[in-house]
Amino acid sequence: MSEAGVGVTEQRNRSTLARLVVSACLMFGFGYALVPFYEKLCQVLDVNNLNKQEGALPANTQVDASRSVTVEFDANLHRLPWSFRPVTPATTVHPGQIVTIEYEITNTRDAAVTGQAIPSYTPSAAMQYFQKLECFCFKQQTLAPGETRRMPVAFLVSPSLPKDIGTITLSYTFFEVPGASAAATPVRPAGGG
Amino acid sequence: MAAIPGGADHAHDHGHDHHPGGIMRWVTTTNHKDIGSMYLWFSFAMFIVGGIMALVIRAELFQPGLQVVDPDRFNQMTTLHGLIMVFGAIMPAFVGFANWMIPLMIGASDMAFARMNNWSFWLLPPAAILLTTSLLVPGGAAASGWTLYPPLTVQMGIGMDMAIFAVHILGISSIMGSINIVTTILNMRAPGMTLMKMPLFCWTWLITAYLVIAVMPVLAGAVTMILTDRHFGTSFFNAAGGGDPVLYQHIFWFFGHPEVYIIAIPAFGVVSQVIPAFSRKPLFGYASMVYATSSIAILSFIVWAHHMYTVGMPVAGQLYFMFATMLIAVPTGVKVFNWVATMWRGSLSFETPMLFSIGFLFLFTLGGFSGLVLSMTAVDVQLHDSYYVVAHFHYVMVAGALFSAYAGAYYWLPKWTGHMYDEKLGKLHFWLSIIFFNMTFFVQHFLGLAGMPRRIPDYSLQFAEFNMISSIGAFGFGLSQLVFLVVVLKCLKGGEKAPAKPWDGAEGLEWTVPSPAPHHTFETPPVLK
Repeated sequence: MSEAGVGVTEQRNRSTLARLVVSACLMFGFGYALVPFYEKLCQVLDVNNLNKQEGALPANTQVDASRSVTVEFDANLHRLPWSFRPVTPATTVHPGQIVTIEYEITNTRDAAVTGQAIPSYTPSAAMQYFQKLECFCFKQQTLAPGETRRMPVAFLVSPSLPKDIGTITLSYTFFEVPGASAAATPVRPAGGG
Repeated sequence: MAAIPGGADHAHDHGHDHHPGGIMRWVTTTNHKDIGSMYLWFSFAMFIVGGIMALVIRAELFQPGLQVVDPDRFNQMTTLHGLIMVFGAIMPAFVGFANWMIPLMIGASDMAFARMNNWSFWLLPPAAILLTTSLLVPGGAAASGWTLYPPLTVQMGIGMDMAIFAVHILGISSIMGSINIVTTILNMRAPGMTLMKMPLFCWTWLITAYLVIAVMPVLAGAVTMILTDRHFGTSFFNAAGGGDPVLYQHIFWFFGHPEVYIIAIPAFGVVSQVIPAFSRKPLFGYASMVYATSSIAILSFIVWAHHMYTVGMPVAGQLYFMFATMLIAVPTGVKVFNWVATMWRGSLSFETPMLFSIGFLFLFTLGGFSGLVLSMTAVDVQLHDSYYVVAHFHYVMVAGALFSAYAGAYYWLPKWTGHMYDEKLGKLHFWLSIIFFNMTFFVQHFLGLAGMPRRIPDYSLQFAEFNMISSIGAFGFGLSQLVFLVVVLKCLKGGEKAPAKPWDGAEGLEWTVPSPAPHHTFETPPVLK
């Protein structure tokens, strides 16, 4: 091979080298590009979505439509400067049916107050058949001065409720949490689900 | 494609042959044959190290219960065995073959970048030291399995960092080696040697080298992400920071599946040289071999998730990866049938290289079949991470890649050393290997089907017999490999002088230079008819 031939080969080698080194570097970047790529792909295809709601709620097949139960709502305050009342005083439900009602509270004091509601049931035998799915009584409530708030209770009455119970009264009593609005150790409500 | 018979006469040491002697000769060498030999010796040494780790594993699994190592060490053994065998033994072995043979096969005087070649070899020993000494650091070596899945890898001790750096170094080394190979093959072929006239070994390495350049950087990226997750507060895979461990598996297997073919394709190349030589017929379907190899390489990029059917994937995804995986059986089948057709009505003779090639053909095909079984999502869910998988990939890695490397070593030993190897010992090596190999790994299919999980140091009693058989086989296999060492050492010391072309059916430029191949060959390119 002539000197010129060697030079040409060397030149071609160098340009091949350059192209291959660039490819290797690009592929290193490609590895990183896979991170947003997969994220996007999962979003578009809606896979690996940990926040996804598992479709619509399945139809509730356990509603016992053959009978109705009257649920009455009651509201009491224990030395609290609030006004507290159920928006609907009573409702009629079928056992197994999920129902949401609301209570309204107003803080009439000009300072923030923290309270905790404790439920009780009449007749008390109904307690174990009364399942609360969501309730303001699950945690302490702090109301700003003059604040009015509507808070839900979602519940269902178990279909295994004894036949002789036709009316259940759900009564809440709000107690002030000692230590006021400071997030003091909460007093767990005794009883009540 | 015969060259001028006197092509090697130009191989005089002129001018630039006053390199230092002793150890410095090897440290500073830029000669492709020296570097090829170093690669081969290095890979054999790593093969022994990784093999000893395998024997520790098999010793522990000889009986149920914990006897030899504690579970943590056991996991370190499985991890290092995998890393060392894949990156330290098989890959460097084939790079060694490429260094030695590609310039000889295409009529080039050396590799394109001789000094870079030296570098890519000398990066390997530090990586090996990092991997092996990580056993001694507090917390021990990486114990996550060679796939280095988070969250384990985000949590382990300094041994994990050493493994990550070792992977970086090995990756850089193999990328440099591959760049060298691609450049050599594309630019340095002797006049008249078109791409479609190249020996198939060169073709397979060209394709492999492209695969390495494409996927090793992705692995480097993946382990770098682990590294930054561990020490620099990123959360690519760290779920506590919003990362996703499964993402790692996707990135890793984007590298990992082509990696399987990085190991297998050069093995195909070696076998495609050896089988025609001992069948005394040209390779059947040369062009279809080239196209089949290329399609395997391309398909390997789009099947990665068949390694992770159980991570939770939409059914459509599972079906896609299943069918894409099965598609690979088509070009692979083309290759297997071509090899068989090459042997069909050939004047076969069964010297050791041919025996290893036929062993390869049988057992690699068997491994391919168990791969097809595993490609089915519904079956894989049952067999995932069981000993069936272990059996499968040892059939393709050991009986596939390793046996083919042995075939190549026996085939070219006369060219390398100038002496014929001891045929009796070679055959002994083959028969011991194939018997003990099957004893070790065939029974593992049954263990996997019966539900024995991999990477666990203990097992329930019903697996005891097969494990005992497998362990005995493993020790037999390990010891038989020492026969190969004896053969090579004997061959280096002396023996029957080898002619330039010791195999009457062999074709190619490498057989036109004398044996042993002189230090410099094809300084003036040969002219092809």
